[in-house]
Amino acid sequence: MITLKDINKTYDMGQASLHVLKGIDLEIKKGEYVSIMGASGSGKSTLLNILGILDNYDTGDYYLNGTLIKNLSEKQAALYRNEMIGFVFQSFNLINFKNALENVALPLYYKNVSRKKRNIIAMEYLDQMGIKDWAYHLPNEMSGGQKQRVAIARAIISKPQILLADEPTGALDSVTTVEMMKVLSELNSNGLTTIIVTHEKSVADETKSIIHIKDGLIENIERK
Amino acid sequence: MNKDKNIQNESNSNPPLGVGGWLRGIFDLNRWQEIWFTITHNKSRSFLTAFGVFWGMFMLVVMVGAGVALQRGMTANIEGFATNSCFFWTESTTEPFKGFKKGRNWNIVNEDLPILLRKVPELQYMAPVLFGGNSANNTSRKDKSGTFNIKGNYPSYNKIVESKMIFGRYINDIDMTERRKVCVIGERVYEVLFAKAENPVGKNIQVNGIYFQVIGVARNKSTVNIGGKAEESVVLPFSTMQQAFNQGNKVHFIAATALPGIKVKVIQDKISEVLKSQHDIAPTDKAAMTAMNIEDQFTMFLYLGLGIGFLIWFVGMGTLIAGGIGVSNIMLVTVRERTKEIGIRRALGATPRNIITQILTESIVLTIIAGISGLMLGVGLLQLVGYALSQGDQFFKDPQISFTVGVAAFFILLVIGTLAGFIPANRAMSIKPIEAIREE
Repeated sequence: MITLKDINKTYDMGQASLHVLKGIDLEIKKGEYVSIMGASGSGKSTLLNILGILDNYDTGDYYLNGTLIKNLSEKQAALYRNEMIGFVFQSFNLINFKNALENVALPLYYKNVSRKKRNIIAMEYLDQMGIKDWAYHLPNEMSGGQKQRVAIARAIISKPQILLADEPTGALDSVTTVEMMKVLSELNSNGLTTIIVTHEKSVADETKSIIHIKDGLIENIERK
Repeated sequence: MNKDKNIQNESNSNPPLGVGGWLRGIFDLNRWQEIWFTITHNKSRSFLTAFGVFWGMFMLVVMVGAGVALQRGMTANIEGFATNSCFFWTESTTEPFKGFKKGRNWNIVNEDLPILLRKVPELQYMAPVLFGGNSANNTSRKDKSGTFNIKGNYPSYNKIVESKMIFGRYINDIDMTERRKVCVIGERVYEVLFAKAENPVGKNIQVNGIYFQVIGVARNKSTVNIGGKAEESVVLPFSTMQQAFNQGNKVHFIAATALPGIKVKVIQDKISEVLKSQHDIAPTDKAAMTAMNIEDQFTMFLYLGLGIGFLIWFVGMGTLIAGGIGVSNIMLVTVRERTKEIGIRRALGATPRNIITQILTESIVLTIIAGISGLMLGVGLLQLVGYALSQGDQFFKDPQISFTVGVAAFFILLVIGTLAGFIPANRAMSIKPIEAIREE
């Protein structure tokens, strides 16, 4: 499903440059449940952003479902993100002036689904996440756990093939973290390829493979 | 979770983007809710931003309406007045010529008229005029009297300065040939000498002690007056006046028009030349005769009107563009404030077109709401002013903008709104999703 070959990424920092990824080779199969671990600045988030086509890489090849993801136009990248990838962020990244239902329905808006239909679908996803009653609440009226459930519902509503989660439990308490990992596990058990970036060992332990990154290189891959 | 598959299949079964989809996007309620949120989120800022466009459109409409009113007033003032005319009267000579000293007074005479007709074939109408003065109470009927202007006119005068007949008719050729003692009186003369609604035609009045039969009551179509106000004038046949008031063969004034397609300057020069030649006046003596070219003056007014019109649009558009720049500026601030939101949208699959359309729509909606408000208030004010002035001075008549100007204003708003949103939309597009999402 995902194949990375010798991926390199350097950030220009004015006069200096920062070589963040130094030749990443990686293969993730459909339905895998993977976590990427590493210290701050190890390059794990950069790798996730490249996998999510949110960021470009400099050299190497990235194949997603056999398609080379390189030099995509903005439009093509947007379509890939909309159709194939779901994102869950540490800070939820919900749109503050939209209620939960509208936030969840947003990817379908960009798929040109009618308002009525996307609201019905979004409501079902909120129900599935157990927060149907919060559908018409704004993000600032919800707890961290509720916001993250909304974010997950939004990430999966357009039926992506991959779910990318960047420190999904970073802003949650321990109880909510457990609940959230349960949700992600369930999604994975339904066949959704799930990749989590985390620095928490307890979170990584929930996944089936742990990729350790250090200084822009894959140190080892721990498979269970 | 088992519901998941079905739901997702359903969501993926939607048709791809097409014209229908695009239209659906345009009319999507969420889109308009977002636009409304953006506009109302910071009300005072939106109001101040919109005020620039509002004021620009208001000023444009009011100024265009005022320009139209001035033009209509001017057109009404010269209605019935031949704009291809010129007028001649004599002055003292300023150059000695053929043994005559300078400072000689001279007159146009009857004998000049056939010569002018022969030598100036470009003439359309020629109307000699005689002025009889306005000595105190020179006009009377029974116990009523008044002081009015007495004029002797040719029938053709009515072709150059047209009158509307309220009663009867104007002077005709038979009146001239038979030197009939008839007269056409102005409205004010009628009001002074006759009872209200009394038909004056066939009744006699005295002018300087001589009886004349009233054949008509005339109202000047234009507000242009020659030799005193038309409503306060008594017009006699030119030939009758010459004879009855011992004017000999003198002509005080000539009004003339050029044939269609002929410049008035042509007949002006030729008539001057012929008259100077007939009366032994130096051809170079420009001050010996006054020739007033109405066509030139009218053209000057026309250009003045065009100039004012251009100035109005220039200033109005400038104000509108300034308003548009304000909108653009504020949209840039809005885009900056919404960087993260735009990044999230892009991460969720918003295409460049989605983002550009969103920003442009917001800019256009803000501009159009403000502009249409200015347009409506401007039109309302013009209506009020028009109503207030409808009974008064006709120099400023019926101020309003045409439907075409309204439509043009709407399209100008569309263009300004689009241009105002263009830079912010591009700025929004240049935001990299990853950088935007990282922003806190």
